[in-house]
Amino acid sequence: MANPATPASRAEGAAFIFKKALISALVALVLFSLMIGIRTEAGPTGQLIYWTRFGDLASLVAIVFGGSIVMELLRQWWGPVGTVWVVPPRLQSGLAFARKLVAPALLIFALLVPVIFYDQRYILDLGILVLTYVMLGWGLNVVVGLAGLLDLGYVAFYAVGAYSYALLATNFGLSFWVCLPLAGILAAFWGMLLGFPVLRLRGDYLAIVTLAFGEIIRLVIINWQSLTGGPNGISGIPRPSFFGIPLTAGDDGLAAKLGIEFSPTHRIVFLFYIILALALLTNWVTIRLRRLPIGRAWEALREDEVACRALGINITTTKLTAFATGAMFGGFAGAFFATRQGFISPESFTFQESALVLAIVVLGGMGSQLGVALAALTMIGGFELFRGLEQYRMLVFGIAMVLLMIWRPRGLIGHRAPTVFLRHAQAISSDLVKEGHG
Amino acid sequence: MSSDGILSVDGLTMRFGGIVAVNDLSFAAERRKITALIGPNGAGKTTVFNCITGFYKPTSGTMRLSHDNGAEIRLERLNDFRISKQAKVARTFQNIRLFPGMTALENLMVAQHNALMRASGLTFLGLIGAPSWRAAEKAAIDLAKFWLDRIGLLDRADDAAGNLPYGDQRRLEIARAMCTEPALLCLDEPAAGLNARESGALSDLLLSIRAGQGTSILLIEHDMSVVMEISDRVVVMDYGVKIAEGSPEDVRDDPKVIAAYLGVEDEEVAKVEQELGL
Repeated sequence: MANPATPASRAEGAAFIFKKALISALVALVLFSLMIGIRTEAGPTGQLIYWTRFGDLASLVAIVFGGSIVMELLRQWWGPVGTVWVVPPRLQSGLAFARKLVAPALLIFALLVPVIFYDQRYILDLGILVLTYVMLGWGLNVVVGLAGLLDLGYVAFYAVGAYSYALLATNFGLSFWVCLPLAGILAAFWGMLLGFPVLRLRGDYLAIVTLAFGEIIRLVIINWQSLTGGPNGISGIPRPSFFGIPLTAGDDGLAAKLGIEFSPTHRIVFLFYIILALALLTNWVTIRLRRLPIGRAWEALREDEVACRALGINITTTKLTAFATGAMFGGFAGAFFATRQGFISPESFTFQESALVLAIVVLGGMGSQLGVALAALTMIGGFELFRGLEQYRMLVFGIAMVLLMIWRPRGLIGHRAPTVFLRHAQAISSDLVKEGHG
Repeated sequence: MSSDGILSVDGLTMRFGGIVAVNDLSFAAERRKITALIGPNGAGKTTVFNCITGFYKPTSGTMRLSHDNGAEIRLERLNDFRISKQAKVARTFQNIRLFPGMTALENLMVAQHNALMRASGLTFLGLIGAPSWRAAEKAAIDLAKFWLDRIGLLDRADDAAGNLPYGDQRRLEIARAMCTEPALLCLDEPAAGLNARESGALSDLLLSIRAGQGTSILLIEHDMSVVMEISDRVVVMDYGVKIAEGSPEDVRDDPKVIAAYLGVEDEEVAKVEQELGL
């Protein structure tokens, strides 16, 4: 690769590198002097005791100083990274071919997970968790990735779906399969309700209002004790049945009817396939919607709202349908969450969930279905993978995310696939695709 | 209003606080004709456009649009997207506003949104892939292909709009506006930034649109070679008021127009000052 760093700029490099390292070290000194330099703790009688750790502080600052020099040298040696990747064309076509195989391979693997890991309850549970987040990610992708509306309160619809099912099932004895569409419709309704006031807001303002909406829903659930049980939550939520046949050990259970020995794993496998089907439904609908005028209008809205108005597209209904569609999938996922857990409480629907789902969408590459699935697998699977590292788990995870964003600033799959083509579909570079202004 | 007029603007005034951008402007655009709106920078041409296309709500005045079937629409009573959807007025922008991350073909498909929404049964028929929807989609692609062919971009249909050269983007924006099948096409400086050959091709395109589709065209333009070549009628504005109107030849020789563009001789300024007693 051609290196634009000329010899002249390298010659003056030494002083520059030294200066840069010195600044980094200084910043580190200021940051760490209180965090690491002084350790405080409550003494046995409640008084404050502290001791200094200047040795640790000095070594950290030295590491930052040295690391900064090494980083800068590496950067100059490699040249600008990430702008052009020089990969031979044959390898590139091979990679493109491999990329085409990723989605079917993942799907087949997902279908086979309960067969391969039948005995491993832990893996099955993890699979269900990952798929729940895949579904949430795909649902939010409609709002954030396609329509370009930054929604920080997505968990509200997840909560609406979960509570809809829990309340309908415990109070009226409705079955999961009746409640599932109802939960979706109710969540979509709440999505519209949120949509109306925020239609005129853009960008940061939209994000703040949606964030507040998510919190409002949670606070209402906590405080409306007579309906939702408040912080105690709702327990005894019925499990889903197989077309009316419960998956229990009793004589009328599915196992007895099929004449096989009952095992609690049956229910887990059943749940796994339900969430897989729901996620695939979300994916299928989203892919279909993208090729319909409404989906194209969402993407056009993300690209340029003013041009949309000039073309006679009703911005209001277009935004509302995006909110409602995203919310509906969130509601489905919520109903599934309630039936899987058997118990829900407001604690499951904090802002952290919204942030996690949004992170999945952004890391995956906004608008890319495969990217979102991969990101959900990495994020949720990654959490579990790093569990062995205990307290360093979040640190490792944070570093991994920072590296990913340096390597792929527009997400794992940043390019956009066209929805219609005459001769051949060519991916559109992420530089051209807008993120939307909210 | 004459029987063959498509747009008649009467007493249009637009104020932004204390600034009067357009003051009591009246003009008419004829059906199947090209009307040019010209004037020096800051004359209020784009403001007039924004009023006609519903981006601004005028302070006062009326704008009547009469369709081929005789229906008359009061544009100042419609707003926002309804101007394009119901009144069939399409527009382009001074600084190109394509959807850069979508292909040229997709841009033209988005333009047919309202027709396609109806055909897709508000998405539901489309979701199940009903045959009527498939037929409508194919017809929409054919219309897009027709326009891509007209602007000479059929080979680049699958390229991102943002990757096209500047001149192609200008033409694509006109094609996108035409895909909404408008009665009146409003073009805001379509020749801006084009070289002589490209603006020649643009003139041909606009003339062929007038002849082929019978669309009335209202355009703002600074490139006088384009204006003089294709306009049937020219309206000249300066400081928010109309200073001249007529055929391109009349307007070209009008002393007021020359004064607005080139300024006036020192003696004339002195004469006016004398009359005003300054």
